Amino acid sequence: MIQHLPILQVIIPLLAAPICFILKEARLVRWFVLIANVMAFVVSIMLLQQVNLHGTLVYSLGGWEAPIGIEYRVDELNAYLMILVTSISTITIMAAGSSLTKEMAESKQTYFYIAYLLCLTGLLGILATGDAFNVFVFLEISSLASYTMIAMGNDRRSLWASYQYLIMGTIGATFILIGIGLMYMMTGTLNMNDLAERLPEVEQTKTVFTAFAFFLVGVCLKLALFPLHLWLPNAYAYAPSIATVFLAATSTKVAIYVLLRFIFSVFGFEFSFTHMPLTEILVSLGLVGVIAASVVAIYQTNIKRLFAYSSVSQIGYMILGIGIGTKTGLTATMLHLFNHALMKSAIFLALAGLVYRVGSVNIKAFAGLGKQMPWTMAAIVVGGLSLIGMPLTVGFISKWYLILALLESNWWPVAVLVLIGSLLAIAYIWRLVEVAYFKPALQNNQSYKEAPLAILIPAWIFVIANIYFGIDTSFTVGLSERTAELLFGVAK
Amino acid sequence: MSFLEQYNYWVVIFLMMSGFYIVIAHGNLVKKLMGLTIFQTSVFILYISISKVIGGTAPILDDKYNVYSNPLPHVLILTAIVVGVATTALGLALAVRIKEAYGTIEEDAIQEKDLQQEGSTE
Repeated sequence: MIQHLPILQVIIPLLAAPICFILKEARLVRWFVLIANVMAFVVSIMLLQQVNLHGTLVYSLGGWEAPIGIEYRVDELNAYLMILVTSISTITIMAAGSSLTKEMAESKQTYFYIAYLLCLTGLLGILATGDAFNVFVFLEISSLASYTMIAMGNDRRSLWASYQYLIMGTIGATFILIGIGLMYMMTGTLNMNDLAERLPEVEQTKTVFTAFAFFLVGVCLKLALFPLHLWLPNAYAYAPSIATVFLAATSTKVAIYVLLRFIFSVFGFEFSFTHMPLTEILVSLGLVGVIAASVVAIYQTNIKRLFAYSSVSQIGYMILGIGIGTKTGLTATMLHLFNHALMKSAIFLALAGLVYRVGSVNIKAFAGLGKQMPWTMAAIVVGGLSLIGMPLTVGFISKWYLILALLESNWWPVAVLVLIGSLLAIAYIWRLVEVAYFKPALQNNQSYKEAPLAILIPAWIFVIANIYFGIDTSFTVGLSERTAELLFGVAK
Repeated sequence: MSFLEQYNYWVVIFLMMSGFYIVIAHGNLVKKLMGLTIFQTSVFILYISISKVIGGTAPILDDKYNVYSNPLPHVLILTAIVVGVATTALGLALAVRIKEAYGTIEEDAIQEKDLQQEGSTE
């Protein structure tokens, strides 16, 4: 049992998905999905324990050893991210029942849950696998499931958003496929560990350069790095609220994991940062992303879209951290990856509660809500403060480390730009606060009640996590430092 | 000379670029999907090209032959074809739904209707 944990992690949600078809009844399915999620969460915790006890876990699928079979390889980095993904997924599913009932017909809910589980399978598969081609397959599983979830929004624009995401996502995935094909061509292996060993022998060839370039562009499309982010704002804005929470908190983070894994573990630090101009590319695009997306966010009237643009800018910070190319920079990225997932889960879940009561996320509908829905609005405000990087919230910790990493490398102009990015975040959060707390409620606005507890409690779990990990940083900073060291250790 | 020797790669690049161009240039959602399929197919051919060993036969175990093409990329591409089919199916399903919701599958017309909708709600 214990030695099968890496595959169980992936197979539990995968098998749970078709069972939902048999259960059919949305109410039954909801509980079943929750149970499956809790099981996946427990497995992920057990995996981290095993990794702490025995070091990297290697699992050969079907008993076929690595060069022939597919290998799952779980080290501290994957185990850590698996816990992040499964915990967020579980807490989100708690809120799903009431939010979905409001937003879609009962008959459609079962299909939504199935897509949700398949998306979770894909994300966990990407994290668990040690095989380059397997990454592509799981990436497509999670992407196809996300397109489906997004298209189930009750606005017709969700269809168009989903279609655009499908086109761009498939181009990204195909680029990744080309990259993997070229790597296989040069090395004759798809196993990441073997690739890491054999790539240095042939790394000074145009084929490997091309493979790297295709792979990088493909992954950056998936993680919505500016200027490849065009699919993201509409997809997040018009998807069902629960889908937005889940995708915003997990899917871009997993794409960043893929980027880290290939830059550091497969291609190696040497190749990525000295032979390829990765620092210049990532730092400049990251910075432009931070500033441009924040500026665009200020002008949004749809609040879900506003926070979607803020996601693009936060991804810019993470990419910037990678681009610095030092251990502190990578620590900052890992921290921000974890922290941003907490912030966005809190904010989007609170918005789900708002949609439940108010039915709109237009900024005009927010007038006076600070008094009518104090807890829901407070959750959004705390999440927003965390986005800005206020002390005592998690956002502060990751920004702090990012600035530290920048100053360590003597890049103070970049540090100044990062701070300007934070100021821009104040601007878009303030707009929201101003409308919600200082404007009187609209005349025809009936007084809204607080969001239902089923949504409010999960949202506040994330809010409290935002504050808790902002004060007690030993867990997150410790893990981030260890995983950063791990990535650098493999590179040397 | 080596230019023509590796003509298969030129075919791949030609298909890839034409597919990519169709995706970008055409406004019709179904045509975009066709472009996407051509784009993906070019990658399948790339993989199959990689696996070819000059003078090798099909990878079937037999005493008479000992040079085989590499079967692994074929298998990988079977998986990728399945993924491609699923993507196309989902894309077409979305196109049908978009046609129902917007009454058109032209990109320009859809964006115009979205702009109108956004204008009217504000």
